[in-house]
Amino acid sequence: MIKIENLHASINGNEILKGLSLEINAGEVHAIMGPNGSGKSTLASVLAGREEYKITEGSVVFNGDNLLDMEAEERARAGVFLAFQYPVEIPGVSNINFLKTAINEAREKEGIGPMSAKEFMSKVKKASSLVELDGKLANRSVNEGFSGGEKKRNEIFQMAMLEPKLSILDETDSGLDIDALRIVANGVNTLKTEENASIVITHYQRLLDYIVPDYVHVLYQGKIVKTGGKELALELEERGYDWIKEESATLNV
Amino acid sequence: MWRKFFYLTKRYMASEEELIEEITSSEYKYGFVTDIESDKAPKGLNEDIIRLISSKKNEPEWMLEYRLNAFQVWKKMEEPEWAHLNYLKPDFQDLHYYAAPKQKQALDSLDEVDPELLATFEKLGISLDEQKRLTGVAVDVVMDSVSVATSFKEKLAELGIIFCSFGEAVQEHPELVRKHLGTVVPTADNFYAALNSAVFTDGSFCYIPKGVRCPMELSTYFRINEANTGQFERTLVIADEGSYVSYLEGCTAPMRDENQLHAAVVELIAMDNAEIKYSTIQNWYPGNSEGIGGIYNFVTKRGLCMEGSKISWTQVETGSAVTWKYPGCILKGDNSIGEFYSVAVTANHQQADTGSKMVHMGKNTKSTIISKGISAGKSNNSYRGLVRINKNATNGRNFTQCDSLLMGNQCGAHTFPYIEVNNQTAKVEHEATTSKIGEDQIFYCKQRGMDEDTAINLIVNGYCKEVLNQLPMEFAVEAQKLLEISLEGSVG
Repeated sequence: MIKIENLHASINGNEILKGLSLEINAGEVHAIMGPNGSGKSTLASVLAGREEYKITEGSVVFNGDNLLDMEAEERARAGVFLAFQYPVEIPGVSNINFLKTAINEAREKEGIGPMSAKEFMSKVKKASSLVELDGKLANRSVNEGFSGGEKKRNEIFQMAMLEPKLSILDETDSGLDIDALRIVANGVNTLKTEENASIVITHYQRLLDYIVPDYVHVLYQGKIVKTGGKELALELEERGYDWIKEESATLNV
Repeated sequence: MWRKFFYLTKRYMASEEELIEEITSSEYKYGFVTDIESDKAPKGLNEDIIRLISSKKNEPEWMLEYRLNAFQVWKKMEEPEWAHLNYLKPDFQDLHYYAAPKQKQALDSLDEVDPELLATFEKLGISLDEQKRLTGVAVDVVMDSVSVATSFKEKLAELGIIFCSFGEAVQEHPELVRKHLGTVVPTADNFYAALNSAVFTDGSFCYIPKGVRCPMELSTYFRINEANTGQFERTLVIADEGSYVSYLEGCTAPMRDENQLHAAVVELIAMDNAEIKYSTIQNWYPGNSEGIGGIYNFVTKRGLCMEGSKISWTQVETGSAVTWKYPGCILKGDNSIGEFYSVAVTANHQQADTGSKMVHMGKNTKSTIISKGISAGKSNNSYRGLVRINKNATNGRNFTQCDSLLMGNQCGAHTFPYIEVNNQTAKVEHEATTSKIGEDQIFYCKQRGMDEDTAINLIVNGYCKEVLNQLPMEFAVEAQKLLEISLEGSVG
């Protein structure tokens, strides 16, 4: 589905990603872990198309297309979804209106007319019950006055509505209590199919108790330095990142 | 020649379905433009010109005296310079003050019309026939304004409502005009009001009798033949005791005009327990992207509230090169309410110094000011507001919120609030925010699949929601479209 090769990216002249490679197939869940400042959120931002980041080297191919050539909105319409670490508030714009605009704009580009109100509302109903946000969402402004947990649940709600091919969850577990974590994870698991894939970026292992990854990658100093199965996450939880850092230092010498 | 995008309202309500039916099915009978030959007074302003205007309009002696007095007052006044505006002052002796509605030369087809104008029509969803009418193209079938106006007037007449041109009111209802004209905006109020009082050529007049609730929104659309009212418009709306009226001024359909300076005066009078809702959409020609051309809009709008009455101003302004405008309320009667909801957009090189004036005189008077400024390009957008609580205005209350939204980094937003409180029991709140349209917000929308323009439009509409919600439904929809067009490509 997506193939990232030797990706180098910098912001304000600082190189953050230094030759990252990663391949993800449909139906897979990949977890990306790593210490603070290793480049996890940068990877999410670069894939989503934030303009502040400069790509200096490497390639990203998404379903046969050069992702780096596409605008952020084109990537979104092609099926790349980012669940934001810090979801943005848009005062005065209802959640429903926001999603309707997004969905219908994508449909328009595909040359199909807007979604019927009936279909839209039934989707809303289904998606909101998935993240237990029933009834609260419709008329509230996007993320405005939402608690931390509600914001993250709202991200998953939007994911359910937009049905992306590749979901990137950027520290979706940060700031969540255990109940919210369970709800969010349940949403992600329910949405998983053989046709889509997820990148779960997290700092802690606990999210991976709920969302079971097929692969765990450790990102350190802008590169993936270790890849393993879900047991790698447990090892990291137990031993911390120091041994990875040491290993990586030895490799680099 | 200056070009103005002038609004003609094209609004119908559910209760007027039969009218719509009539509009869409009837044949064009009498021609859109009047047959009066073009006649224009020579340039310059003096007593003779004023006498000419008055005689052309066949006005009674008292009206002429009113004008001449205003001219004397105006001559002693100086053009104000306190506004945060920078423009070349008009040469008042280099303007025409009277031009009778003239026959426009009909174009043969839309191909002869400025494509930019047509593109705007397209975006506003204006029908082809109407596009032709607005641009002066000869058409076979056109909305029959005469028959619409007639049936509309009949409906209103049954209720005793008077809605006509100002000139007509001077002829038909001189006692009402004479009694109220200048009582809210006195001749000496300010430079432009004095000028208007001397030379106004026409405008609108509306009277709602005691206890009558006007069943439809009154809009100038129904007086389409008075479209060429020119640069000095005069509006007087009187809502008698316990009555209600919603008045719409402007429309999103742009139309050319050759006048550069506009100095209108609008006076509203809400008698005891009456309510007036006055909504404006203004989309006059703002000049080109280099700041060349455009309308100078110097307007005085004020309402007088008697006991228990309410006046509500709502405006969405995206046009004009220079705007100087402070719709306000004098809350004279006890328990009266004044409201002001405004969205003012400036793009390119536009400048706006606008806000509201709320003067509390009666006890338990309340006022609300919600002002949303949006600046883009190299424009300057200033909020200027006065809240005054007089000595006797016990328990006067005001809430003011003025927000500024900046797009890009070459525009300016400024806030000049003036608050005068002379009564200890008063409560005045002022909230102000200035924010830049968030790159984060735009990116968030883009990440969900929206184009940048769609994202900006969505964010801006959210920002303006409190004001747009005050507009009558259909007007609000058009206001949204207008915002979209005005801000297209403003970021990035």
